Amino acid sequence: MSNELSSVDFLADDPTQRAPLVSPDLEFKDVTETVCGVAEKPRPPKAWYVAFGISLALTGMLFSMIAYLVITGVGVWGNNSPAFWGFPIVNFVFWVGIGHAGTLISAILFLFRQKWRTSINRFAEAMTIFAVVCAGLFPGIHVGRIWFAYWLFPIPNQMEMWPNFRSPLLWDVFAVGTYATVSLLFWYFGMIPDLASLRDRAKGKIAKLLYGIFSLGWSGSARHWHRYERAYLILAALATPLVLSVHSVVSFDFAVAQLPGWHSTILPPYFVAGAIFSGFAMVVTLMLPARLLFGLEKIVTMRHIENMNKVILATGMMVGYAYAMEFFIAWYSGSPSERFVFINRAFGNYAWAYWIMVSCNVFIPQLFWFKKLRRNPWVIMFVVLFVNVGMWFERFVIAVTSLTRDFTPASWGYFSPTWIDIGMLVGSFGLFFTLFLLFLRFLPIVAISEVKGVMPQAHGHQDGGHGEVKEAAEAGASTNS
Amino acid sequence: MQASANADPKGESAPVAGILAEFDGPGALKKAAVQIRDAGFTRWDCYSPFPVHGIDPAMGVRPTILPWIILGMGLTGLTIATALQWWTNGVDYPFLISGKPLFGLPANIPIMFELTILLSAFGAFFGALILNDLPKFYRPIFSSKRFKKVTDNGFFIGIEASDPHYDSKKIQSLFRQMGPLSVEEFHDTDPQGALPKAFFRVGIILFLLGLIPLALALKSRHSTSSSPRWHFWRDMDFQPVAKAQRASAFFPDGRVIRPQVEGTFAREQADDNPHLNQGRVNGKFATTFPMKLSMEMLERGKDRFDTYCAPCHGKDGRGQGLVAKRASTLGEGTWVPPSNLVDPRIEKMPVGEIYQAIRYGVRNMPKYGPQIKVEDRWAIVAYIRALQRSQNGTIKDVPEADRGKLK
Ligand code: HEC
Repeated sequence: MSNELSSVDFLADDPTQRAPLVSPDLEFKDVTETVCGVAEKPRPPKAWYVAFGISLALTGMLFSMIAYLVITGVGVWGNNSPAFWGFPIVNFVFWVGIGHAGTLISAILFLFRQKWRTSINRFAEAMTIFAVVCAGLFPGIHVGRIWFAYWLFPIPNQMEMWPNFRSPLLWDVFAVGTYATVSLLFWYFGMIPDLASLRDRAKGKIAKLLYGIFSLGWSGSARHWHRYERAYLILAALATPLVLSVHSVVSFDFAVAQLPGWHSTILPPYFVAGAIFSGFAMVVTLMLPARLLFGLEKIVTMRHIENMNKVILATGMMVGYAYAMEFFIAWYSGSPSERFVFINRAFGNYAWAYWIMVSCNVFIPQLFWFKKLRRNPWVIMFVVLFVNVGMWFERFVIAVTSLTRDFTPASWGYFSPTWIDIGMLVGSFGLFFTLFLLFLRFLPIVAISEVKGVMPQAHGHQDGGHGEVKEAAEAGASTNS
Repeated sequence: MQASANADPKGESAPVAGILAEFDGPGALKKAAVQIRDAGFTRWDCYSPFPVHGIDPAMGVRPTILPWIILGMGLTGLTIATALQWWTNGVDYPFLISGKPLFGLPANIPIMFELTILLSAFGAFFGALILNDLPKFYRPIFSSKRFKKVTDNGFFIGIEASDPHYDSKKIQSLFRQMGPLSVEEFHDTDPQGALPKAFFRVGIILFLLGLIPLALALKSRHSTSSSPRWHFWRDMDFQPVAKAQRASAFFPDGRVIRPQVEGTFAREQADDNPHLNQGRVNGKFATTFPMKLSMEMLERGKDRFDTYCAPCHGKDGRGQGLVAKRASTLGEGTWVPPSNLVDPRIEKMPVGEIYQAIRYGVRNMPKYGPQIKVEDRWAIVAYIRALQRSQNGTIKDVPEADRGKLK
């Protein structure tokens, strides 16, 4: 963040003028006021209650279904020969994919010095955490006897057995586990100074205590900020390869198997692009109503939304390219099974799912080529909702079409979900929104200190000082640890 | 401006912990920081709501050692992952998968990568907290009411009373020259806002309770017991397996063994060519072959006989195969020697009976039906006939014209 060039906003409309990242009439105080105000209001807007009520009910449904599943067994799902990977795995990949946008926005855009991210990163990170929670749930209950889920981890045991470290499924445990942990640390670490803001403004006893505990006694010391910034930068640098690795590893679950339609080297990049695509769509889905509901229009401007829409358009094209490329590879491989599987995907008995996927992920986002449409809230909502649907279907198509049409025609079949399958998918949205709404209500939903840092006042432009300080700094340095 | 104007009235009696000055914005803060640094203070700090750009050189803050800690943690993660995978899958519990090496780098890279990142992230997070002396819920500076602005829009410099150059009057006048918004002393009051005592009590109790399972585990490791192992999950102990001839609560007729489905019949009953398939004609052993004999058939028969029958019956059919010889050397009492197939008794046997011996086995000889195809069985029978003829033949079997040659 040091030189002038790097702080130029490359996405500005007029390249000779740096567009303000937040509304230019804001003061430091206004930022604190707006963001903390959301959590401090005695009562959230009515819409919050409605949304929370619905989400909580769905979460309740999800957990009762899980209880039913645990008591009865995995037979309550539609998973059966030959499609032993049905909804649970589809939901898992779907939610993990959603989780990618958070880290991408917080880490990769941070490293690329895309300062517009500051207004939305907290939001996206929170979304990541909650999406990963939903994702982690499914493989956990998919193991059948969930009380043995700890077998996934290399824990010394009386059977003297260890997990197989050369299995993509175990890589998954480590990749998703690391991702969840690092995302949580990253999110929380970024939030410490803002929790301190809430602590210092808190009126109630419980609020004071809880915000006090979670802000860890943050004092805003410059020496602390120094290490804090270092740590944050390095966390971002660590999270960047991580975000690319996680969905690659998830794709190995498929790519390392020898099933036609899965056994392909294109899967890792294709999965990563899809993950970013779906993640951004979800951020916009959540951001669009939230900024209106909580009066954040000045901090999260239409330009933020537009930038995200551009990312959606770009990654949507990548995904479309991957779809086309898969067909080419199938043809080029010369393997009759590969060719058959892909022709079957597009024209076989799952053609409906395939074309939902292509329409939602490739055709509909093309609307974002037009600036007018890219900035129209209704169009945006329409597009991102369909992208969410489309990306779920992408995972469904990959998992199910290959499993039900493998090398042995004798074992072909057709997968149909049970009502428990569908209920759990819907319920996972309930869980996601419940967590998210709690976050909106009680935590700083925008990175207050970061936004202040990108405001023009933060660079001390009104009161000068740049040059002198540098000279003075060269004069000598006192000791410090 | 009076130093204690804004201080907590209760805190005034408490010892002075330092002096706090507020400045108007990041620029003023930086300028002031340079002066304080040059005045030679060591126990002082700047406080701001966001990291002020350029404050580190202004204060003379040296780069932190945090990156090295993170590097160390990352390398630790890499080492742990490598050692863990090598030891668990290659040494302690060798995992042989399609003959691949027990420890091969490519398949172990994903977990090496993940653990490197995980431990580095721990290094960054916990390293930064520990170096920053966090969590620490009480600092004397928090006793200043004004200081609450630090997380909103306040920019402060605080000099601690423990600084060797500390002189309240001098510092206050030094600050005043810099045009601050305010200057005040702050006091070391009671740790207000620090954690309530109850937290520690609850924490200690929970910690002690947490030790109980550990203690139980340790105890059972170092003592003996005559009762069977205690295990949590008993779901494998009770398996609803149906044992033959037992009553069943599941089927309405109460029988475990299920009757045959209606219309079931034995395969033989559907046989439209018993001569070929069973070696029987009208229920009796066939005396003729169901097909025409040929030289190829005999050659095929020799090939099959040498493969399937010779190990016991010997290549000549006299029952002196390798298996039989070995068995008689071992002197196994239970061993029934293979029959001599060129014995006149068997020579008189109808072909259908020999066929049946192959198909279903005979007495102690196992059946070879599943291994040998129908046509091959007949080929073997034909070859046995050839063996018999060649070994039991008399001069009469030779055509008259050729008899002279033999003499
Ligand atoms: C594992 C050793 C073994 C092999 C291989 C074997 N037999 Fe035998 N066979 C025996 C023995 C032992 C007996 C005598 C069984 C008895 O008397 O209980 C026997 C008996 C017979 C008899 C019945 C003779 C009688 O005394 O009634 C015939 C015919 C015969 N074998 C044919 C064959 C043919 C044809 C093959 C090859 C397809 C074959 N056997 C392969 C061990 C073998």
